Amino acid sequence: MRLEKRPERSNAMAIASPFIAFALTIVTAAIIFTLRGNNPFAALYVYFIEPLTALWSIEQTLVKASPLILIGAGLSVAYRANVWNIGAEGQLTAGAILAGSVPVLFPQWQSPLALLAMIILGVIGGMLWASIPAILRNRFNANEILTSLMLVYVVQLLLDYLVRGPWRDPQGFNFPKTVSFSGWQTLPYLTSGIHAGVVITVLIALALGLVMSRTLKGFEIAVTGQSPRAARFAGFSEKSTVMFCFLLAGGLAGLAGAFEISSVVGQLQPQISPGYGFAAIIVAFLGRLNPIGVIFAGLLLALSYIGGEAVQTALQIPDKITRVIQGILLFYILACDTLINYRIVTSSPVLQKA
Amino acid sequence: MKAKGEYLLEALNIVKVFGTLRANDDVTLKVKPGEIHAFLGENGAGKSTLVKMIYGALQPTAGEFRWMGEKIVVPNPAAARKLGIGMVFQHFSLFEALTVAENIALAMPGPFDLGVLSEKIARVSKDYGLPLEPTATVADLSVGERQRIEIVRCLLQEPKLLIMDEPTAVLTPQEADQLFKVLARLAGEGCAVIYISHRLEEVKRLCHSATILRHGKVVAHVDPTKETAASLAKLMVGGDIHVVHTPRKVTDGKVRLKLDALSLHADGPFAVELKNISLDVKAGEVVAIAGVAGNGQGELFDAISGERHTKAGMLVMDGKPSGNEGVSARRRLGGAFVPEERLGHGAVPGFKLSDNIVLTRHASDTDVVKSGFLQKNGAANVSERVIKDFDVRKGKPDPEARALSGGNLQKFVVGRELDRKPGILVVNQPTWGVDAGAAATIRQALVDLSRKGSAVLVISQDLDEIFEIADRIAVISRGQMSEAFPASQMTAEKIGLLMAGEHEVHTHAA
Repeated sequence: MRLEKRPERSNAMAIASPFIAFALTIVTAAIIFTLRGNNPFAALYVYFIEPLTALWSIEQTLVKASPLILIGAGLSVAYRANVWNIGAEGQLTAGAILAGSVPVLFPQWQSPLALLAMIILGVIGGMLWASIPAILRNRFNANEILTSLMLVYVVQLLLDYLVRGPWRDPQGFNFPKTVSFSGWQTLPYLTSGIHAGVVITVLIALALGLVMSRTLKGFEIAVTGQSPRAARFAGFSEKSTVMFCFLLAGGLAGLAGAFEISSVVGQLQPQISPGYGFAAIIVAFLGRLNPIGVIFAGLLLALSYIGGEAVQTALQIPDKITRVIQGILLFYILACDTLINYRIVTSSPVLQKA
Repeated sequence: MKAKGEYLLEALNIVKVFGTLRANDDVTLKVKPGEIHAFLGENGAGKSTLVKMIYGALQPTAGEFRWMGEKIVVPNPAAARKLGIGMVFQHFSLFEALTVAENIALAMPGPFDLGVLSEKIARVSKDYGLPLEPTATVADLSVGERQRIEIVRCLLQEPKLLIMDEPTAVLTPQEADQLFKVLARLAGEGCAVIYISHRLEEVKRLCHSATILRHGKVVAHVDPTKETAASLAKLMVGGDIHVVHTPRKVTDGKVRLKLDALSLHADGPFAVELKNISLDVKAGEVVAIAGVAGNGQGELFDAISGERHTKAGMLVMDGKPSGNEGVSARRRLGGAFVPEERLGHGAVPGFKLSDNIVLTRHASDTDVVKSGFLQKNGAANVSERVIKDFDVRKGKPDPEARALSGGNLQKFVVGRELDRKPGILVVNQPTWGVDAGAAATIRQALVDLSRKGSAVLVISQDLDEIFEIADRIAVISRGQMSEAFPASQMTAEKIGLLMAGEHEVHTHAA
């Protein structure tokens, strides 16, 4: 059995691929629920439908989608250029640390400028952390998949140290967390559940969509990814594209970190993200590496988080099910995309001779 | 085995379909033992498709093969070798870091003893006048010597049929003569040869019969010794070929492109180092650089186009030292460049033609990119103009580059640069894989551009092409370049000697 390249790829299937992948994920999830002894239809209803029937859970979905879309949009641009940044989770954490330094070190600074400073520092933090694998790749040809991933654990341990040590809230009963942020050190809310970051996220994703389809920068990124030799011939520098992609994706991941700690989380603590930086990798692929598509993909992945919590409380299914469903979804997307370009051949030719 | 008929190999009514393209349409080819059979046709006519099926690398859609009268199916190249079919590809499949004997051992079926094999290689190669040192490392050998390895590799398996795909494209004229002797001797011993070539004079000289293919169909079986090169060409193309008109060159043009002792280190273990290359290309002339493939042409192109940088003064464009400038800066100075490899270098395979216009014109044309924004209409207009002026044939209005045939894409990438009317044009292999009619169009356009005051530098392995359009000819070998001589003073023999390195400066005794 082997894979053989198809002479032509079907455009219809390329568009249908994420939908087929989602359908296969549903079927697989149903099988898993059945094997656990749950009624698969009831479980699927609780997981995927029920969260969309109440306003508060729809708001929750939007709020959870925001970091996924923000990071996924940045990653989709990087992946188009064949820049494999796997460390967005770490860049998010780095952004959160720098943003969190404002309320931790200057708790009395109550002004819109404090919030602005947090947001800018969040972006800078993500960019700084992302620039490390970019420099290592450009200078030493180090594989950015490994370096960016390993840096995730480094910065998570740094955060752990800070909230257990120097930045711990003195009135916090020895819990490993900083002071709670308040006032102009948190994001304003538009409704009871939706904060301003959600709107900014959508605007950024739309702007990136425009950059990719209409500007020379977007063209440069696409050429670099598809054909590095042609990119050099066009006069584009691969190194500056690598750096640009890391700074963009890292900056957006850092921004997502700043948004999270100034809204949902409201302080620094050892865990500030349920793996948004990793789930955003799925979002980027599910969204066809297109920042506009990422908006829809982010909403779907956010639903998988909410649904995972719902089946946990309603049916006592462990919360690991969320990661399982997300993993299965990514597997099916990649499989569908592969089978669009290749077909499976099962032939074992034998020599026939009279 | 019972003998049915006199033919060694018969390909009967072979059809091969790729998608909607009938690459081979009812092709019949019969080869007798001891016969050197020419297989002629333009690029894309379907020659390679048929020989790949004979060698088992592809399977036919319909039709049958017979080997000594028996019907056979050849599922893979190993089966073909077992039958006694050997093939020498145009692009060699050798490991450069291994020795000659190790490379040959890799292709031998079953276990082997390297010592015994080395002895056998030395004996067979000497016997056929193809001297090879079994312990030499391939990386150190010339292209001609590498081809010998491929041929000896086939000979060791005592083939009954040898397929050669454009073997002389990479040889100097002298090396080609040596090859012809070997082939004639093999034929005398009863081995059949299928010989694919574009060089009609050598086909006339060497081959006993010829099958001519056009658009996947056989158009004629002829005796090449009774034809002229012109009549063979006419059969291949299906019409008369436009003769390139070269008006007398403008004399005393100013130097527009100057290479001044250009040197560049090799950027890989098997890349070529450029040594001290100097050349002036003046307004109004076409200068050609001849040379066997892999002697530094690609490296020289990269240094001129700006994909690799040198010291500023090593490359001067219209008086401005530009060796350290990027590709875009050189384009803004009026430079235009066409690389040898179309897909993946000159064009992005998965991009539409209009997007491929942006690739080389984003820096110089404001109607293609304005303040960082793509002007889709502007690019589409340029694309349509190039398609019309150079008769680029395509299926859809704005197809992806990879959907075009090689020749049509070549017309597009050359046309994209000519359309800018550049002051300095550098082309590597301008008509590689292009049919004769379109090749004439491209060559005429190159000459016309130069006569309007541009400097045109052509890097080519095709001597006929060079003699057709060049005013002056230089030869590159092992990264060193000869002086550029007026074309009228050059002959194929002289170029052959230069290709073999007559002008090279040796820094140490060999």
